[in-house]
Amino acid sequence: MTRETDEQTREGIVEQLGGLARFGGAVVVLVVLVAIFAPWIAPYELGHVDVTQQLAPPSAEHWLGTDQSGADLLTQIIYGTRVAVLVGFSVVGICTTVGIVVGGISGYVGGWLDEAIMRVIDMMMAFPGILLAILLIFITQEPSLLAVIGALSATNWAGYARLVRGEVLSERERTYVEAGRAIGYGGPRLLFREVIPNILAPVIVQATFGVAGAILAEASLSFLGLGPQNIPSWGALLDQGATYFLLTPHLALFPGLAIMITILGLNFLGDGLRDALDPRAVTKYET
Amino acid sequence: MTSLIVIFGVVTIVFFVVRAVPGDPVASILGEQALEVDKRRLRQCMNLTHEESLCFGSGRAPRNFAPTTEIVDLQAGCPVNPEGLQLTLSVPTSTWTQYTHFWGDVLDGSFGELCGERGVTVADKLVENIPATVRLALASLAVALLIGIPLGILAALRPYSWIDNASAFLALLGISIPNFWLGPMLLILFSLTLRMLPNPGAEVTGLSALILPAVTLGSALSAKLMRMMRSSMLEVLHLDYIRTARSKGTPRWRVLVKHALRNAMIPIVTILGLQFGALLTGAIIVEKIFARPGIGTLLLEGIQKRNYMIVQGCVLFISMTYVLVNLLTDLLYGWIDPRIRYD
Repeated sequence: MTRETDEQTREGIVEQLGGLARFGGAVVVLVVLVAIFAPWIAPYELGHVDVTQQLAPPSAEHWLGTDQSGADLLTQIIYGTRVAVLVGFSVVGICTTVGIVVGGISGYVGGWLDEAIMRVIDMMMAFPGILLAILLIFITQEPSLLAVIGALSATNWAGYARLVRGEVLSERERTYVEAGRAIGYGGPRLLFREVIPNILAPVIVQATFGVAGAILAEASLSFLGLGPQNIPSWGALLDQGATYFLLTPHLALFPGLAIMITILGLNFLGDGLRDALDPRAVTKYET
Repeated sequence: MTSLIVIFGVVTIVFFVVRAVPGDPVASILGEQALEVDKRRLRQCMNLTHEESLCFGSGRAPRNFAPTTEIVDLQAGCPVNPEGLQLTLSVPTSTWTQYTHFWGDVLDGSFGELCGERGVTVADKLVENIPATVRLALASLAVALLIGIPLGILAALRPYSWIDNASAFLALLGISIPNFWLGPMLLILFSLTLRMLPNPGAEVTGLSALILPAVTLGSALSAKLMRMMRSSMLEVLHLDYIRTARSKGTPRWRVLVKHALRNAMIPIVTILGLQFGALLTGAIIVEKIFARPGIGTLLLEGIQKRNYMIVQGCVLFISMTYVLVNLLTDLLYGWIDPRIRYD
């Protein structure tokens, strides 16, 4: 049972990634680029509808066909990338920040504060999946992009906090922390400048999967009609498509493909990063 | 013990989140044109307000006059002072009292009376819808176990063989395909193109109507089980006691089933417990795709009608079920692995 990573020398992170992970990374970069340059890439303007071509199948004019009001599906999917990227990255950005601060303090300070924070985390994690997000969006009468990001962040930070806390707990007993304390470094400096940088690897891995999770969650919420309104989002497109799938299967097919490719890319990247960054995660065995 | 704290927290969070809904919940349930009398009755029924009597001449005044305070009744003579004037007011109930009432509703298992319809409690609505969701959840669990466990074991027995690679590929698909896409695709394939299985909405009950929803909901779980089973089986098969068992001449299948599998099942039980929540929330989506009745449909209806009694009932039910399943998972450990003790 030899761990592969044991033999690896420290190289650049890209060199350590396997082929699938690099492919995943490329997909993610592509999706982000599409999101940034959406107005230049999209064949039509966002509001453009072609009333003569409603529910049209894919053609040279509309590569992926049109929806029930005659809007170009490809354009909408391209703009949908923006929602996915925005939600994915901002939710994970907020969650990792909150998770590092809360989990770091909880693990480093310990005692009753740790107990209290852990109980709160337990409670947050007792809501399965997007249930709490559904509840939070329910209270904002009109679901918006901001509400979705807020709800998903409020639901997901606890997982990061728990991870960071566990890592900090094992890390704070290390000699370098003791050495830092001996030189007279204060608690905050030790925690955020010394300990946290050393535990970032598993956090980055979880964050990569977290982006995928957030994109999926946003799509699920939109599919349930609780996503951002008035902006095309993949989940909402799929929901619309599903109503007309008897007539035009392509309306449900393509938004789903967009989601799947993005998620697949992020998962490949996450797996690769885990193999490269986190020597403790055993994913492969020699036989 | 921890579960009790968690349940306490869940009830508290749900209570305060739902109370944070802006706007008048009564108006959103009854509609804008509702009569004042009906609104007042509903408010009282939902414990948002209660009546308080005030006797002019005897002193006691209601503590707070909020905008919703209104005069209900005014008559001469009150019990304490026959000379006085009795004023009955509809006073907003304090949040604390609402909270204790809420706990009362949770503890007696009714989850509160559904005030729109007299005498019907939220629990009645839940009970109506639970069997459909439970059937769906059990069927998907069966699908996940039947696909995930055998393929996982096979993959572990022949690592890096074609069957391992095929199952890895399947697992990857299972994890990456969102269920709200798989569902419609399966429908297009099996109901429309091949006409093998019933359409959603078609009045077909029984197993055939359950197959597609169960596969849709179970595929992601089966993928996770498959990977978990493989790695956990591989880990166990490399341990010394397996070699010992093999070398003393125990047949291979017996070593596998009796020695390896039992220990390899521990992480599987964890995954099942943790993923049960995903199964419950996934059921909301799958019920929508296949137009099936169930807790998810009830929840979405409640959200559409902005009936927060239903919404909070569904959320409480789902999260409590999840907490209980996690508790059961913990207890199950002790049974599978007698080395684990809870002291």
